[in-house]
Amino acid sequence: MSTMNTWDQFWYYLVHNGSYILSQFTRHFLISIYGVLIAAIIGIPIGILIARHKHLSATVIGIANVIQTIPSLAMLSIIMLGLGLGVNTVIVTVFLYSLLPIIKNTYTGMENVDRNILDSGKGMGMTSFQVLYMVELPLSLSVIMAGIRNALVVAIGITAIGAFVGAGGLGDIIVRGTNATNGGAIILAGALPTALMAIISDWVLGFLQRKLESRG
Amino acid sequence: MKEEDPILVYKDIAKIYRGGNVAVEHINLTIHKGDFVCLIGTSGSGKTTTMRMINRMLEPTSGEILYNGQDIHKTDPVTLRRHIGYVIQNIGLMPHMTIYENITLVPKLLKWPEEKKREKAKELIKLVELPEEFLDRYPSELSGGQQQRIGVVRALAANQDLILMDEPFGALDPITRESLQELVKNLQEKMGKTVVFVTHDMDEALKLATDIVVMDGGHIIQNATPKELLSHPANKFVEDLIGSERLIQARADVTTVGQIMLKNPVSITPGRSLAEAIRLMRQRRVDTLLVTDDDGYLKGFIDIESLDNRYNKATSVSDILNTHIFYVTDDVLLRDTVDRILKRGLKYVPVVDAAGKLQGIVTRAALVDVVYDTIWGDSDDTDSETSDEPVIKNLDTDAPNDKEA
Repeated sequence: MSTMNTWDQFWYYLVHNGSYILSQFTRHFLISIYGVLIAAIIGIPIGILIARHKHLSATVIGIANVIQTIPSLAMLSIIMLGLGLGVNTVIVTVFLYSLLPIIKNTYTGMENVDRNILDSGKGMGMTSFQVLYMVELPLSLSVIMAGIRNALVVAIGITAIGAFVGAGGLGDIIVRGTNATNGGAIILAGALPTALMAIISDWVLGFLQRKLESRG
Repeated sequence: MKEEDPILVYKDIAKIYRGGNVAVEHINLTIHKGDFVCLIGTSGSGKTTTMRMINRMLEPTSGEILYNGQDIHKTDPVTLRRHIGYVIQNIGLMPHMTIYENITLVPKLLKWPEEKKREKAKELIKLVELPEEFLDRYPSELSGGQQQRIGVVRALAANQDLILMDEPFGALDPITRESLQELVKNLQEKMGKTVVFVTHDMDEALKLATDIVVMDGGHIIQNATPKELLSHPANKFVEDLIGSERLIQARADVTTVGQIMLKNPVSITPGRSLAEAIRLMRQRRVDTLLVTDDDGYLKGFIDIESLDNRYNKATSVSDILNTHIFYVTDDVLLRDTVDRILKRGLKYVPVVDAAGKLQGIVTRAALVDVVYDTIWGDSDDTDSETSDEPVIKNLDTDAPNDKEA
């Protein structure tokens, strides 16, 4: 082993622990997705709410901003105090970090829908719920999607740190590498898939976002 | 159509915002079915506010609006809006929906079956002379004018009787605007729709409206037909809004025959003798007499030629009566009459009312007056309406004239 250079070692690790990396990759991805998904389920309605009731927007976005400024390791530790070690702590952390981009983008997306279009929709006899799901949401979908994309990329990074609270994922492999002597190859085996995941997610969601934009 | 119940009645409507900011006040307005009402005024005059209260996009602070006799405040706003067409300035087509989906939006809200929607969309797109393939396109693939055509027919999709338009053509170039104005006017006339149209463009209002409501500072300044508005602007503000140039130019377009005719044409009844006729001609210095019955209904005319030829054979006016007479009614536009007089080479045209009673006569000399006024301004514009005698006599002595004045 010691005669091989780092790249050879990396390939060797990859070949021999392929299934382990894959399972951690999936775990990592799912933790990020769950956090973002829950944030979307809760954040999008909040975004709609504050777009309808503007006086709430400053407070809500302010709170989300504060959450965002807390360093992720600190956040993980604080939540760990409540939820203990394990995957749930990481999912909650990811959720909290994803709230801001999702709420903010939903709000912005709804705000940016042309007033004239809303006026004509209402004037033609749409109920306010119909205006929401037939006009406002379709027209702000690409902006909301941009928020989700942002959130997911950040989430993948946070999940990597989540290894410290015992959540597993690709962060686990990185930690393993840092603990080993000459563990450069192992670090790469954890870090490169993490980076790859972030890049691919960004690309896929970006593609989706452009697809939504180009309609009409 | 005026006899029908009004489709829309404003009863002392006011809209006052918090802080006492008055948007509109004391709005009383009656709109009948088939009317094309233009609300015109400068920005901030309350014209859009007045319109938007019809479909409850705004609620009045006080007063009530009756739509088909029903207080709209007691109806469900959503149902109300689905039955009133709505076209706004910036087109307002849904950018994420195809033209088909846009046109059939209200039918969809009303849950029409698919075939009925498809049929309606095809019918409407034909109406605005756009190809059927456009139904599958998105608004951004159409030009501004085409988009607003769609905006206009979208307001007709659910067979709405009343259509509200808020400066719909403001953002279009003049040529496109003109073609859309024609489209709207045609549709309105053909389909008998009632239109409430907000504009700040007087040309547009004069061209389209049957009634023009001039607004300023939240009040109605004048409510009149285009004709009345041009001939009798209520005050300086209305005059300024119309523009002095347009006032003069438009006179020939809106003056009716009734306004410039001479009111006491020389006439005779068929029962009188020819001797009496020739005496009358000599006395009044005319070569033609209009013949009416005892109640004043126009029957025809006699002229000096036929009288001369048949003086020995005939005894009474009825014997030489020529019934082939060209006449116009008093509400006909002068512009059209001028054309006829000039083209047919007529010396005069008798004017009758709707029932056929003789009202007056338009001579070539009277036309000189109108042209004179048009060219030299309105310094003595009342002359054309009250027939200034001496001018006419000097210029045109061989036509039947009123010499009494």
